[in-house]
Parts: sequence; C-alpha cells; structure tokens
Amino acid sequence: MATAPSTIVEFRSITKRFRPGTADPAALDDVTLSIRRGEIFGIVGESGAGKSTLLEMVSGLTTPTSGTVTVDGTDVSSLDAGGLRTLRHGIGTVFQGVHLLSNSTVRDNVALPLRLSRRGGEKRLNRHEQKDAVDEMLAFVGLTHRADHFPAQLSGGERQRVGLARALVTRPALLLCDEPTSSLDASTTGDVLRVLSDAREKLGTTVIVITHDLDVVKVLCDRAALLEKGRLREVFPITRTAAERTLPSYHEQVKRELMS
Amino acid sequence: MSWLTDLLAEYGEDMAKSLGETGYMMFVSLLAAVLIGLPLGMTVYLTERGGIAENRIVNTIANLYINVVRSFPFLLLVVFLIPFTRMVMGTSFGTQAATLPLCFVAVAIYARLTEQILREIPPGIPLVARALGATVPEAVFRMLLPEARSGLVYALTSAAISLLSYSTVLGVVGGGGIGDFAMRYGYQVYNDSLMYLTIVVIIVCVLAIQAIGHRTSVRLDHR
Repeated sequence: MATAPSTIVEFRSITKRFRPGTADPAALDDVTLSIRRGEIFGIVGESGAGKSTLLEMVSGLTTPTSGTVTVDGTDVSSLDAGGLRTLRHGIGTVFQGVHLLSNSTVRDNVALPLRLSRRGGEKRLNRHEQKDAVDEMLAFVGLTHRADHFPAQLSGGERQRVGLARALVTRPALLLCDEPTSSLDASTTGDVLRVLSDAREKLGTTVIVITHDLDVVKVLCDRAALLEKGRLREVFPITRTAAERTLPSYHEQVKRELMS
Repeated sequence: MSWLTDLLAEYGEDMAKSLGETGYMMFVSLLAAVLIGLPLGMTVYLTERGGIAENRIVNTIANLYINVVRSFPFLLLVVFLIPFTRMVMGTSFGTQAATLPLCFVAVAIYARLTEQILREIPPGIPLVARALGATVPEAVFRMLLPEARSGLVYALTSAAISLLSYSTVLGVVGGGGIGDFAMRYGYQVYNDSLMYLTIVVIIVCVLAIQAIGHRTSVRLDHR
C-alpha cells in the first residue's frame, strides 16, 4: 500500500442548521476536512463556532443537515441503531464535564465500556481479561492507587484521567476529546496532555481534540483547524522544537502574559 | 402506669391485629410501588422529549395514569374502585380488597417520585450512555439506577409514610389497620387515652421508617 497517511475521519461539505427553514445562521457551513490516521488533530475556535457539533457528528450523536461524515470509510448517516452502537464501541469520547458515575468506584467506571454487550463480530472480554484491561489502563493514566476510590474523592485532574481511562479501555482507534483541559490548572493539564500524547505513541490512537487553549494545541497537536462562525477558516500544520513539547509552567505562562 | 397496662391488657391484642393489617397493606402496596411504580417512572423519564428512548405516545399514556390517579382524593378513589375491586378480588371488603386501591396510589406516587429523582441525574450521564453505545437496558441497569439508588430509597421512605397515612382511610371498606383502630376508639367510642396511645404508636412507626430509610440512603450515596 501507499505510504501516504490514510484518512480515518472525513467531513464532506458538512452543513448543520438546528432550525432549518428559518433565518438562523448555520451552526456549521460547508465544512470539508480530513483527519489522518494516527494524528492528533486540534479544533479551535470561539464559543459557538460549531466545534462540539462537528465532533458529535463523528459518533453520530448529531446528524448533519447536509453533507456526509465517514469514519473508516463508513458513512455514519447510513448506520441503523445497531450499527451506530458498534461504531460508538470503537470510538472513545472524553467530555468536558467528564461525567463519571458518582456511586461507582474508579475501577467500575473504567470497566463500564467493557461490560456493555457486543454485537455480532465484536469481541467481548471475559471477566478476567476485563480486570487486566482495567488494571493496565489505570496504570497507563497513573491512577492505580486510586482504583477503589469514588469520583468525589478525586481531584479535577484525576477525574479527567479516569474519563480518559474509560474512553481508552476498549483500545479505540479514535479518541474524541471535547475541552479535556478547560477546567484544569497548568500542572494537571500537563498530566492529561501526557496521557493523550501517550495514547497516540503507545496505543496508536488517533485523537481529535477541541480546545480553546492554544498552548495545548502547540504542545500536543500535529495539525489544527480554526472554525469561525461555522466555517472552516484554515488548517494549520504545527511544528515544534523539543522544548515546545511540554507545556510551559504556570510561572512561565504568567511571566509571558504579564511581561511581554 | 397502671392505666397503660390496663389498656394494653384490654386492647393490646386488637391493636396488634390492626398493626398487622397495616403492615400487610403497606408491604403489598410498597411491593407494587417498586415492581410497577419504579419501572413506570423510569419509562416516563426515558421516553420524554430528548430522552434516550424518546416516545411521545408511551410518555403521554404513562403520565396520564400518574396524573389521573394522583388527582383523585384518596377516599373517592377507594369508592370509585369498588366495582373494579369486586371484579378482581371477588369482594370489595376486607384488608386484602382494600389493598388494591392503595396499590394504585402507591404506583402513581412512586412513579412520579422516581421520575423526579432520575431528573436530578446530571444530563451528562445519559449522554455518556449514548456515546458509549449502551443499549437502553444497559443505560438503565448499569448507569441510571446505580446513580439514582440513594434517592430512590429515600423516595420510597417518603412513599411509605404517605401510604401509612392513606391506609387510615381504608376503614370505610373494612380494610382495618392501625389508623382505623384509632378512629374507631377515638371517634366512635370516645376512648381518648386509647386513641392517644395509638397515635403515639403511629408516630413511632413513622420515625422508624424514616430512620431506616435515611440510613440506607446515606449508606448508598457516594456523591
């Protein structure tokens, strides 16, 4: 096969109107974009630019008014309810608010996706394999010591890493993150970014991440798209020096912002 | 304290029988609340607009049942249901027959309470259920019920206390029970001290239900 990077997600002429037929501006307007397998792709833009709507279309949580979204060559809009479930089993999602089950331990939260039924052709791990997968993923995000705690006992950064472990425990080819660091401070943001970058390096996961934090994009992403009022403004390739691979410390950020 | 021992000696057996009748009515109606009311409340929550199993027709029917039953003054419901009770139970009189209208109310009350408790679950949880590709039963049993269990137990406590109060009306159809006992001796025989004693017994029952419900609920809550 060709060495050219293959496409994992493709948005083709995506338009989304929440109230079609009215004068309301489109939430997304003719967006065409390809995400390559194995890359970390950032989506930036102001509030209301359509970032979350675009991301939700990948797993079929929102459907476009016109245009097509394909994941691994499959048109998402062509899937029936069962097909959508299978698609979603293969996609990890991390939400801004994490949304962990508050009455379940960290271990049970991470195990949740493994316990869901699988459809024909999908493999479901047995109890023993499930435990191993959970242990492995907890180690991956550095929370082995928190396995038997409840979410309320964790810090914000730890909760977000549990959310990542839950999203990654099925080893999805694709991970969608909506503002994974927006409620975190600089040091815990660093922890989360390390997990995201490890996911790509060690698990081969393709990551699409929405963020308003340009430092996150600079440190983490290979490319980033700027959405402006529902339109794709520009896709930026990102290059960085070795020093730029880690997030500047809070001290450095403050200094840069206040002294420049 | 001799008046107390005298009272108990004379009426103790009768009172214990009444308590037993109340216990029976509450047990059966609470069972109906959990087995029918909880799924009904869950159905309302799941089928409402934007819910994970949106279905307007089912939602309307479930809501209609709850609203209609709850809008009846209970005494009127008991009387209204007499023909139905006779049809189902063979008689409209006695403790077992009287339990039927109580079950109708128990189901409606607990269904509404269940729906309210479920609404308090952060909307992110059903969103996660969808994003993970969970089926509706998986979302219910693996996510929503574990999240809501503490509230559901607490709501059942409230329902039990309401039902204890409702059950006192069932004397009119020969349902018996502790409330009827108090009415008979207090209102019809003017045995004041016996009535007061009975009221104290009822208060103790309510306190016990509340304490058990509260403890269980707290123990189940890790939020």
